[in-house]
Amino acid sequence: MTNYPTRRRWLGVAGASLGALWLSACDKLTSDPTFARTLTKAEGLTRRAQRLVTDRKALAKEFTAADISKDFKANGTLRPQDYEYEALLATNFTDYALTIDGLVEHPLELTLAEVRGQPSRTQITRHDCVEGWSSIGKWKGARLGPLLDRAKLKPDARYIVFHCADTLEQTLDGTGKYYESIDLIDAYHPQTILAYEMNDVTLPVRHGAPLRLRVERQLGYKHAKYVMRIEAVAALDAKDANGQTILGRGNGGFWSDRGYEWYAGI
Amino acid sequence: MPRRWKRQMIMAETKQKILTRRHTVVTRITHWTNVLALSVLLMSGLQIFNAHPALYWGQKSTFAQPWLAMTKVEVGDVARGVTTVGALKFDTTGLFGWSGKEGMREARGFPAWATIPSFRSLTDGRRWHFFFAWLFVINGLTYWLLGLLGGHIRKDMLPTRDQLAPRHILHEIVTHAKLQFPKGEDARRYNVIQKFTYLAVIAGLLPLMVLTGLSMSPGFNATVPWLIELFGGRQGARTVHFLAASGIVLFVVVHVVLVVASGFWNNIRSMITGKYAIEVETPAKGDVA
Repeated sequence: MTNYPTRRRWLGVAGASLGALWLSACDKLTSDPTFARTLTKAEGLTRRAQRLVTDRKALAKEFTAADISKDFKANGTLRPQDYEYEALLATNFTDYALTIDGLVEHPLELTLAEVRGQPSRTQITRHDCVEGWSSIGKWKGARLGPLLDRAKLKPDARYIVFHCADTLEQTLDGTGKYYESIDLIDAYHPQTILAYEMNDVTLPVRHGAPLRLRVERQLGYKHAKYVMRIEAVAALDAKDANGQTILGRGNGGFWSDRGYEWYAGI
Repeated sequence: MPRRWKRQMIMAETKQKILTRRHTVVTRITHWTNVLALSVLLMSGLQIFNAHPALYWGQKSTFAQPWLAMTKVEVGDVARGVTTVGALKFDTTGLFGWSGKEGMREARGFPAWATIPSFRSLTDGRRWHFFFAWLFVINGLTYWLLGLLGGHIRKDMLPTRDQLAPRHILHEIVTHAKLQFPKGEDARRYNVIQKFTYLAVIAGLLPLMVLTGLSMSPGFNATVPWLIELFGGRQGARTVHFLAASGIVLFVVVHVVLVVASGFWNNIRSMITGKYAIEVETPAKGDVA
């Protein structure tokens, strides 16, 4: 019994050393490319598992008007500083045209009025940020499916890419421009819309005017704001003749290029 | 020599120290796998929490009124870490909200030594978290499946009739409070407080972590819409996830204290080799002399 204080101190020292060792080991492993790749493998497992158990057409929960957040948080770019966008905003988007091209039979150029004339859907849904917070908003927009049908996808089209007006990070190679991509099942999901109204008023700039993608059932960063062009592609990591990735850094989205999951269902 | 002493001496002579088989190989492997998985899940979870160090109830965030928040507040020229819980405010400088070495402090919910990685990185935190979440789930399912099939849950975990007698339970509470633990034949099985606690963890807290975790996935919400409603919505699920994790931390602290207090090396050996030393008068079948 008399050796208890020393034993306790010994355990304390051992515990503290183990803790320090553990922390530095975790940091080292985090920056180790092989280990990082191993960790990322779980993403594929998560995606496949979710798709196995989830009806791909299942709808995200829709709320009532009473649930709408009065403090819907805006994240990412709040006001694009890009010249092209500034010019469009100055004329209240009268000169704006949404381009739909890539692997389509009939490339389209639609004015905002034409987009508003398309088959639409209104939904009150929850927006879940990857950071952990949620806000509920009401969205009205053109359904993406009918728009793609109008442009008629070519058989080899597999993904829909959304090119945005905002540069979220200044980079030398121009990969700081925001973009996102989804597969065809999500593109044709009934709740996937190009929103031009939020909470019954014209979509505000901080929330992505003039058009913002709503792809419910995925995290906030997939909901691309300031959508300028929609492109149908066969692959997200295609390279040009110089071996450079054509779309950003080849991971299918601004945040996917920076380590976040392309599949943002969790 | 007083008679009392004499009797004790005789008893000591007749008792022998034997090694009993305490933990099966399944229990031992799943236990240590859980130690690893839960350590990583806790610390990478705190990294994820730090991306928005505030908690709410219900479906959505009410940004002006979180029930718990860790923030950096400027008081004049001095920065302080402030933690609010409901209407209560605590100065937690150095721990929550504003921490790090003097001169290198940064605004963050939990301090660097509590997160994986130690530096701020939501992407890395999520990768660690989801990878080890799979390990944790597979490990848990293995334990439950083999535990139900092999009888471990029924034979070792469920309290017996005599253990459930109110007198016995009261006795166990009193002796535990005095840090006295069952000896001899009584030490062959888990005591009733152990059984209750372990069951609350393996059938309560740990599955609750998985369910609240899944409830925070917008993809999974569409698959099983009723699950998230059990927690009152996504922010409620995030809060319960945090509270259940806190419950596990509390359990681990008490668990480790009791492991040390009730014979550290004997306990550690039993969870590594499976063999646990007790003093009995007559060894039973299966004991290792």
